[in-house]
Amino acid sequence: MHHIISIKELEVEDINRLLDKARLIQEKGFKRRTLEGKLVALLFFEPSTRTRMSFSAALSRLGGDVITVDSVEGSSISKGETLADTIRVVSSYVDAIVLRHPKEGAARLAANFSTVPVINAGDGAGQHPSQTLLDLYTIRENMPLDNIDVGLLGDLRYGRTSHSLSYALSNYNVRIHTIAPKSLEMPAVIIEEMAERGVELIQHDSLADVINELDVLYVTRIQRERFPDSASYARVAHSYRITPEVLKDVKDNLILMHPLPRAGEIDPAVDKLPYAKYFRQAENGVPVRMAMLEEVML
Amino acid sequence: MSGKEPEDGLLISPIQDGTVIDHITGGEALVVLRILGITGTTKEAISVATNVGSRISGKKDIVKISNRELSKEEVDRIALIAPNATINIIRDFRVFEKMKVEIPESVTGFVCCPNPGCITNSNEPVESGFKTKKGGRLQCIYCDTIISDNIVDYII
Repeated sequence: MHHIISIKELEVEDINRLLDKARLIQEKGFKRRTLEGKLVALLFFEPSTRTRMSFSAALSRLGGDVITVDSVEGSSISKGETLADTIRVVSSYVDAIVLRHPKEGAARLAANFSTVPVINAGDGAGQHPSQTLLDLYTIRENMPLDNIDVGLLGDLRYGRTSHSLSYALSNYNVRIHTIAPKSLEMPAVIIEEMAERGVELIQHDSLADVINELDVLYVTRIQRERFPDSASYARVAHSYRITPEVLKDVKDNLILMHPLPRAGEIDPAVDKLPYAKYFRQAENGVPVRMAMLEEVML
Repeated sequence: MSGKEPEDGLLISPIQDGTVIDHITGGEALVVLRILGITGTTKEAISVATNVGSRISGKKDIVKISNRELSKEEVDRIALIAPNATINIIRDFRVFEKMKVEIPESVTGFVCCPNPGCITNSNEPVESGFKTKKGGRLQCIYCDTIISDNIVDYII
């Protein structure tokens, strides 16, 4: 049985195969019925809009059906049932499980108890492999994953998307530039692991120092709740606001990405510039998740 | 009895059969017992010497366990807190086998994850699990949290 739990467990061949399959699906206009008759449980014990809807859309596009739990309150977990028991039962109803859960490592536990494939749709501050695959897909849609400079900006300490993307990029010939407030720098363990994987990772204090060298700028939301007071949050948030002015001397081929939702990091005036790829990035969630569903069920 | 006299400076007598764990980091002997699941209610006869003089490390602890030969897997757990420990399997008062501990590739069920958000710290029927990294650090196989130091604090 094949689960997708963490991007770290996927070999570069697996990643490339999934991205190729997603491109093929997108090029053919989603006309596929490969999962007709298959039933997938979307167990979302934490709020989600894009991930849940795009998995649901992906399965519908493939001819399958979904059954959904979209809150702890709406499930037997609110009666004290363990996730392990929920997974044991639900896996007897369906052909695959897509799990979003607030606890880190929940998807790995689910895989231990499930009799059908499990796809991790985000576990706490841990892993979110489908987001990472669509991030990679969006980059690869615009440029080869070779000899490029990728900037990761924002909350790199707690932001799981930037962590997972770093691991995924370590499979390719890229330079990673981290740009974050001191209190939200990339965790030392990830910097160390990047070094072990032979990735050139450069830490910066200022976006202005590096923005003109970048091929990709991946912006993440700075989480207000991490700051001791609103004034310090506002100061940092403002310093990382992407506006047309900030982008005036960037490389022509720069792409600007964001996992969304955004909370003021990117000025809406940027949306109409050719660099803005974040809505396309969200759109790419459907073919990428279609590829993932096929991968685990066919 | 063999009639063999205790060696100079040794606080506890030789055992006939069992395991002697020597060169444990000074003060860690009781943690070693905890790691091995040996408590006052288990049936082994145990002798413990703590903070005895050592030519090599200044101070060391020694644990002698009578009538039980520890497996390699069991003794390797000890490497997490006592990387210089040596294991002597004793048969009929003689050292039958002498080995160094080696840091295992993974450890299961006796170290808890320090991340309160980790699924292993909730009411789930699952044992904690870690893979070992360079320098004896432990990485949770569920949430990737790393224990860099003070592993003793996380032993269940």
